[in-house]
Amino acid sequence: MGFAVDMQGFYGEYGGAYIPEMLYPNIKELEDSYLNIVQSESFQLRFRHLLKDYAGRPTPLFRAERLSEHFGTQIFLKREDLNHTGAHKINNTIGQLLMAERLNKKRIIAETGAGQHGVATATVCALTGMECIVYMGALDVERQASNVKKMKMLGAEVIPVHSGNKTLKDATNEAIRDWINHPVDTHYIIGSVVGPHPYPDMVTRFQSVISEEIRIQLMEQVGRDYPDYLVACVGGGSNAAGAYYHYMDDDRVTLVSAEAAGLGVDSGKTAATSLLGTPGIIHGSRTLLMQDDDGQIEEPYSISAGLDYPGVGPLHAWLARSGRATLHAITDEKALQAAFLCTRKEGIIPALETAHALAALELITPGTDDVVVVNLSGRGDKDMEIYIDKLEI
Amino acid sequence: MSINRINQLFRDRETEILSIYLTAGYPGLDDTVKLLELLQEHGAHMVEIGIPFSDPLADGPVIQESSQIALNNGMKLDLLFKQLLEVRRTVHIPLVLMGYLNPVLQMGMEKFLSRCSEAGIDGVIIPDLPPKEYETRYRELFKSKGIYNILLLTPFTDDDRIRQISSLSDGFVYLVADSSTTGVRDSVGDHQKEYFQRIKEMNLPVPGLIGFGISNRKAFLTASKYASGAIIGSAFIRVLSEKNTLSLEARVEKFIRGISGN
Ligand SMILES: Cc1ncc(COP(=O)(O)O)c(C=O)c1O
Repeated sequence: MGFAVDMQGFYGEYGGAYIPEMLYPNIKELEDSYLNIVQSESFQLRFRHLLKDYAGRPTPLFRAERLSEHFGTQIFLKREDLNHTGAHKINNTIGQLLMAERLNKKRIIAETGAGQHGVATATVCALTGMECIVYMGALDVERQASNVKKMKMLGAEVIPVHSGNKTLKDATNEAIRDWINHPVDTHYIIGSVVGPHPYPDMVTRFQSVISEEIRIQLMEQVGRDYPDYLVACVGGGSNAAGAYYHYMDDDRVTLVSAEAAGLGVDSGKTAATSLLGTPGIIHGSRTLLMQDDDGQIEEPYSISAGLDYPGVGPLHAWLARSGRATLHAITDEKALQAAFLCTRKEGIIPALETAHALAALELITPGTDDVVVVNLSGRGDKDMEIYIDKLEI
Repeated sequence: MSINRINQLFRDRETEILSIYLTAGYPGLDDTVKLLELLQEHGAHMVEIGIPFSDPLADGPVIQESSQIALNNGMKLDLLFKQLLEVRRTVHIPLVLMGYLNPVLQMGMEKFLSRCSEAGIDGVIIPDLPPKEYETRYRELFKSKGIYNILLLTPFTDDDRIRQISSLSDGFVYLVADSSTTGVRDSVGDHQKEYFQRIKEMNLPVPGLIGFGISNRKAFLTASKYASGAIIGSAFIRVLSEKNTLSLEARVEKFIRGISGN
C-alpha cells in the first residue's frame, strides 16, 4: 500500500478537488505548476535559505532524559517549538509564500483558528512586502486577542467572520469565498494539509523537512535513521504529515496520531475526527468529517484551538482507515496533565495541541530500548492563560 | 418517458426565461411549496430550490444567511423531499434542486436521484461536483433516473473546457455572470458582456441562463440579450426577508412582475 498522493489527488479514496467551477482556474494553475516550482533549484535554494536563516532550522532533536526515565523508554523531542513564530506552521507559510511569488500573485489570504497560522502568514508577508488578509471567526477573534494584535502589528488585515459558528471552519469558508472573488491576483495560503488537491500534497512537502531532519539527527544520535514510534498531534494534520513523510512506507516505524477528544469521545464535545467522522466533503476534499445524518458539518470542540477542525487532511483519513497510523483520542484533561509533565520534567512548555501528542505516550507500550520521537509542534506561550487557570485550581 | 420540462421550456421560449432561486425552508419551514405556487402564478418560468447547507462555499451573505435560518427552522433534505411529494399536483414549471455535494452524498446519490424522480424534479445543480467525476461516476445513474445535471461555466473557463462542460450539461448551462460568489449587484459590466458574447458565438449544444448577481429588470434584459434568460437568487431572497407592511404574497408578486415587466 502506498501513501503518496496519486495523479488525481487522492490518498486511497480520500482527497480530490471538490470545488465549484469558479475555483477551477485557481486550483488548476496551482496543480499544473506546484511540482515544477517546488522541485526547481532556484525555489529550493531560497526555501532552504529562509528555513535556515529566518525560521532557524534545523530544529534540534532533543533526547528527553527525564521523560525517558518516566516512561521507561528512549524519548526524543523534535523541537518545532523553536521555529520562528513558535511552531511548525512557518515551514508551510514560507513555502507557500515563495510559491505565490512564482505565480505572480500580489495578495495573500489565509484562514486562522487560534491565530498561529495567521501569525505565521502575516510574518512571511511582512518579510516580503506582500498584502495579507487573514480571515478569523469572530468568536476566535475575541478568544485570541493577542494573536490578533500580533497579526495587525505585522501589517495584516484581520477580518472577523460572522457566518456559521464563527470559528475556524467558517473562516476557511470565507477565505475560499474571497479566492472565488479574486481569481487572478490572490494566493490562498491554507494552514494545514486540508483543502482541495494539490494543497494537502503541497503542504505535506513543505512540512516534510521535519522528517528529513529527524532521519539525519537520529542517525547521528542513535546510529540508525528511523524511530520505532513517531508521535504527533493531528488537527488538520500538517505537523504529523511532515514528521511522518519519509517514514510513511517504512513499516518499522509505528505512526501514532493523537486527536483531540475534548471532553471525551462520546461526550458530543469532541474533535476526534478520524475516530468519529464519516466520509464526506469539506473545503473541497473528500475526507472523514464530523457531520449529522443530513450531511451538515458539525462544530467540533477541543480545549486546543488548533485541533478543533471538523475534518482531517485526506492523508490522515487514509492513514487512519487503512490501519497505517494508530489513533489515540486525548481528552482536554489528559492533554493538560501531559503539558505539565513535559514542563516539569524537561523545562519545555508545549502548545496545547502538542500536549495531546505528549499524552499519547501514556497509551503506547514501547520497550526500554525503543526509540520514540514526539513531534513537539509548538510552544505554549499562546496557551498560558489556560495553563495558569489550571495552576490555580 | 415524457419530455423533460426543462427542454419543453427552452423549446417554448427562446428568450427572457426567468428562473428564481429560493432556499428550501426559508423564511418559514413550510413556505417552500407555497412559494413555488406563487412564483408559478406570477410568471416565473422555472425555480431552483436550494438545499440548505452548513458550509455554502459558493454563496454570498444573503444566501448564507437564508441557509442558516432554514437549517435552524429544521429543514433537512429528507424533509424537503417529503414536502415536495405532492408538488406536481399544483406546480407545472420545471423545478431544479441546487445543493452542495455533502448532503447529497450523505443521503447517497442513487437514493437522492430516485427521490428527485419521485417528486417530479427535473434537474439538479451541484456546484462542487466536478464535471469529470460526474461523467465517470454518476452520469449513467442520472440518465437512468431521468434527472438532468446542469453544470456551471464562468468567465475564466477556457474554450476547450466550455465545450466539454456544455456537452455534459443537460437542458441548459449555468453561466456564472462574474467570478464571484452569489450576491446582489446593480448592473452587468462590460467585461461580463464580452464573456457572454464569446459564449453566445460558440454556439454551444445547449442554451444558457445567466446567474449570480442579477438583481433587477435592466440586468435581466441585458442577460436575455446574450442568453435565454437569467436566474435570480439573492435579490429574491432579500425580498423574502424584508420586513414591511406588504404580505409575502404581495412582495413576491411585485418582485416577479417588476423583473418580467408584466
Ligand atoms: C503548535 C500546533 N500544533 C499543531 C497544530 C495543529 O495543526 P496541524 O494538525 O495541521 O499540525 C497547530 C494549529 O494551530 C499548532 O499551532
